[in-house]
Amino acid sequence: MKYIAKEKIIEKVREMVMDSAVNLEQTVCEYLKKAFEKEPRGLSKNVLGQIIENQDLARKEHIPLCQDTGIAVCFLEVGRELEFDYDLEDALNEGIRQGYIDGYLRKSVVNHPLERKNTLDNTPAIVHFKQTEGDELIIHFAPKGGGSENMSRLGMLTPGEGIEGVKKFVLDTVRLGGGKPCPPLIVGVGIGGNFEKAALIAKEAIFRPLEDEASHPIDKKLEVELLEEINALGVGPMGLGGKTTCLSVKVNSYPCHIASLPVAVNLQCHSARKAHATIKGVSR
Amino acid sequence: MIRLHTPVSEIDRLNLRFGDEVLISGTIYTGRDQAHRLMVESLSKNESLPIPLEGQIIYYVGPTPAKPGQPIGACGPTSSYRMDPFSKILMPKGLKIMIGKGDRSEDFKKDLLKEKAVYLIGIGGIGALMSKRVKKATLVAFPELQSEAIYELEVEDFPTIVAYDAHGGDIFTR
Repeated sequence: MKYIAKEKIIEKVREMVMDSAVNLEQTVCEYLKKAFEKEPRGLSKNVLGQIIENQDLARKEHIPLCQDTGIAVCFLEVGRELEFDYDLEDALNEGIRQGYIDGYLRKSVVNHPLERKNTLDNTPAIVHFKQTEGDELIIHFAPKGGGSENMSRLGMLTPGEGIEGVKKFVLDTVRLGGGKPCPPLIVGVGIGGNFEKAALIAKEAIFRPLEDEASHPIDKKLEVELLEEINALGVGPMGLGGKTTCLSVKVNSYPCHIASLPVAVNLQCHSARKAHATIKGVSR
Repeated sequence: MIRLHTPVSEIDRLNLRFGDEVLISGTIYTGRDQAHRLMVESLSKNESLPIPLEGQIIYYVGPTPAKPGQPIGACGPTSSYRMDPFSKILMPKGLKIMIGKGDRSEDFKKDLLKEKAVYLIGIGGIGALMSKRVKKATLVAFPELQSEAIYELEVEDFPTIVAYDAHGGDIFTR
């Protein structure tokens, strides 16, 4: 069995939190710049221009890209050769606590949805575990903003509604969101599984690299068609109209019950902050 | 490009049209979900509000903490629709200009028209750029709300766009 020191995880997560708040991934920047080129002269083009300018400034002066530095979402891939004598979730939360405090990031988490007392350190994180082969711990982190999360939707369709029903649900979600989820968006779609699985794979979808394509041919086709149809809605940057409503659509699917066709749509704003890290286990 | 200084006169406000780009200078007040809830609670108990509303502007924002030596952190707008039920109560008390992002409810639009108020938007997700237009931030009320507390901001050429004007104009449905 292999081992990873708790301090190593804390330090890595702290870094990921602080770095992702100010450094937008290069691929997202490239997609935004391509959208800027395509958008005709006018207010919407100006908006895209300022979004691009903002990420340059954030990187240069270490100012958070957005004041909503999110609730921490972590997907963990845990190698089966790893052994832990501490709570992995505790380690993550400690890294998050340090990152949000030391990075001057907004603490946006309250203790209870109705009591609403701020926890003052942005914990707890929302953590998902998956077991994998090998001796590595892979951490995928996203500070997920509230605006785009609030406009996300889950629908329990019937099998008869089929692909057209799925498309309509996705398009309705983007249309209903308008400018509120801060388009241009990355649209994560989860089809199948059950009530919670659909939402989970939709969330996983927005973690996929932007240039990635779905492996199943139906999902892959949906990604291409939905991107085109969403952009044809004309919602535009910040809902002000235009060609760019969506930068990329990611569809994940999962087997489901004969009676069901769950669809979840998780929206990601243009400030699509992510960080990924791999920590290799060592012998004791 | 239109330049406005706070407090904004009724004439200047009524002259605004949806789609106008407006740079604001002077004093504006921050306030979002919890601050709105508390202000409306105060009004229902006939208590006074911590900020003046007449001719003033409320900006829906919860900034990141200021780093040492800086007035404020990232400070872009949050979605406005969540404040709709509270704006209904604040507008008749004198609040006539709000800054946020995104479209709002039909009910809100009716109230806005009745009050001849104006709804401005900032661009969401450019909080770093917007922080450069804030010169000073002073805590005014509800410190326990952390980023949701009410701050008085001194702004210079703070960039906004008229989303709903006082005459029924709407940038989202043009």
